[in-house]
Amino acid sequence: MAPILAFAESRGGELRKVALETVTAARQAADSSGGGEVHAVLIGAPGIGARAEALGRYGADVVCCVEHAALDRYNPEVFAATVAERLRSGSYRAAFFAASAQGRDLAPRVAAKQRVSLASDVTGFEFRGEVVTAQHPAYTGKVIVTLRLTGVPALLSLRPGSVVPVERPRTPRLETAGPAMDPAAARVTVSEMSQRGATKLDLGEATIIVSGGRGLRAAENFKLVEDLAEAIGNAAVGATRAVTDDGWRPATDQIGQTGRLVSPDLYIAVGISGAIQHLAGMRTAKTIVAINKDKDAPIFRIADYGIVGDLFEVVPRLTDEIRKVRRH
Amino acid sequence: MKIAVCIKRVPDMEMRFSIAGDRKSLDQAGLKYEMGDFDGYALEVGLQLAEKQGSGEVAVLSVGPDGVQETLRKGLAMGATRAVQLKAEPVPFDGLAIAHALAAELKDSAYDLILFGRMATDTASGTVGPMTAELLGLPCVTAISKLEIANGRGTARRDLEGAAETMHFPLPAVLTIDEGIARPRLASLKGIMAAKKKPLEVRPAQLGEAHLLVESMALPPDRPPGRIIGEGADAVPELLRLLQTEAKVL
Repeated sequence: MAPILAFAESRGGELRKVALETVTAARQAADSSGGGEVHAVLIGAPGIGARAEALGRYGADVVCCVEHAALDRYNPEVFAATVAERLRSGSYRAAFFAASAQGRDLAPRVAAKQRVSLASDVTGFEFRGEVVTAQHPAYTGKVIVTLRLTGVPALLSLRPGSVVPVERPRTPRLETAGPAMDPAAARVTVSEMSQRGATKLDLGEATIIVSGGRGLRAAENFKLVEDLAEAIGNAAVGATRAVTDDGWRPATDQIGQTGRLVSPDLYIAVGISGAIQHLAGMRTAKTIVAINKDKDAPIFRIADYGIVGDLFEVVPRLTDEIRKVRRH
Repeated sequence: MKIAVCIKRVPDMEMRFSIAGDRKSLDQAGLKYEMGDFDGYALEVGLQLAEKQGSGEVAVLSVGPDGVQETLRKGLAMGATRAVQLKAEPVPFDGLAIAHALAAELKDSAYDLILFGRMATDTASGTVGPMTAELLGLPCVTAISKLEIANGRGTARRDLEGAAETMHFPLPAVLTIDEGIARPRLASLKGIMAAKKKPLEVRPAQLGEAHLLVESMALPPDRPPGRIIGEGADAVPELLRLLQTEAKVL
């Protein structure tokens, strides 16, 4: 069978978790439909090639490394031209991207360059012979659309967290190539990248999210949410739109219809009433906990475990109890 | 400055949806429509840029059935100068097919800026903007949360997971706009009256062939009904027990 391409996203010389997810997805797609190789494309500053081994561990047979001093940061035009060229040069039957901030920018450009269609932000897929179908949550997650891709290659971008990386170790063949266009000729340039809260876990990569709403009453009270996330250990902090609109938290922390769409294993909603706009961003969480003083708040209709009460008493107690458990 | 803003008519997301008998579309009964959330931000950005320049044109474009005329009129009421409906029924799901229609309309019109929302609120794919840019061969920056335009060049901020990028680009360019950049204005009564007299052209959409097809639509499985396990801080030990032994997430 023809090979499948996987774009391996990196930042600052390190692979993103979504890179392992796209390689895993490509491996699973190939293995479930007659086999064939998985080729990963890795683009970055000189030295990025050292990450090829990790991609082999998750099932890449070939890693195509494109190293260039100017590519230490994402450049939309150079990356799109380079991935499109790779796609053209092989007889690929499909290509996987992550539906991350970078992948959502890159994948449609590559698709349009190649005049092929893209199933964007999919949470599942099936390869049966030549037929490729994929599931995409639409209408703020209220409708699941099953899409069929009839063109070749079939392009898909995968919602972060929807595939669990699985090791399928092999030693990948390393191929090197230059960028398909001179980075100096790019019309769009990136002058800086500021890491905000770089040490903190990203919402899209976290398996546990603690999120705060207006019920916290003031920006400084978000410390309660942060303390709880810290006590749990591997949790990220999110917020509602009301809170980000008021500037208590940066806009990028917003979970909801117009913010981030997340599916963690555990979502703890603190002082969140549960407006539809917010539920749209987190209703697919596996387990939902709600802490709110209003027993009629809509969040309690979808919370697996609800506590009606004053969050200023409940949350510190929960943080304490979790710290006690963690200590043992 | 000549600006085009591509907007989409989407169902009101607060509604309950049900699937039609063909099992691949929404039951239209009782659906209310509005302008996509992000499209509203894009239009506001376009209007503010035109106002700052003191002159210029802001055209609103939409691909869809005659119902989109209502959405286009709303754009005119907010302050756009003219509107174009690219008639298509139904609107294909394939972003590339739509991008073909928009690129065909936009290619000879010499716009300085072509604006989109970051994604449509309904199909939530976010592909049409960057695809249109590629088909037109124009520079493109997506998901912009901050924007400055001066002397034929632009600077934009894009938010990433835990980081932000500053991008620079020449005009003409295609931009997709994220939330929070500028709150869309409400149409005034005067604006609504004026909109009735503004030009709204209708042309058939020159859609590309669709290779991304809707096979079926389904409602996601219902979550089990919510459950309140207790009141106040005294309920915390029970919550912990359930998270550890029942949900097994801690």
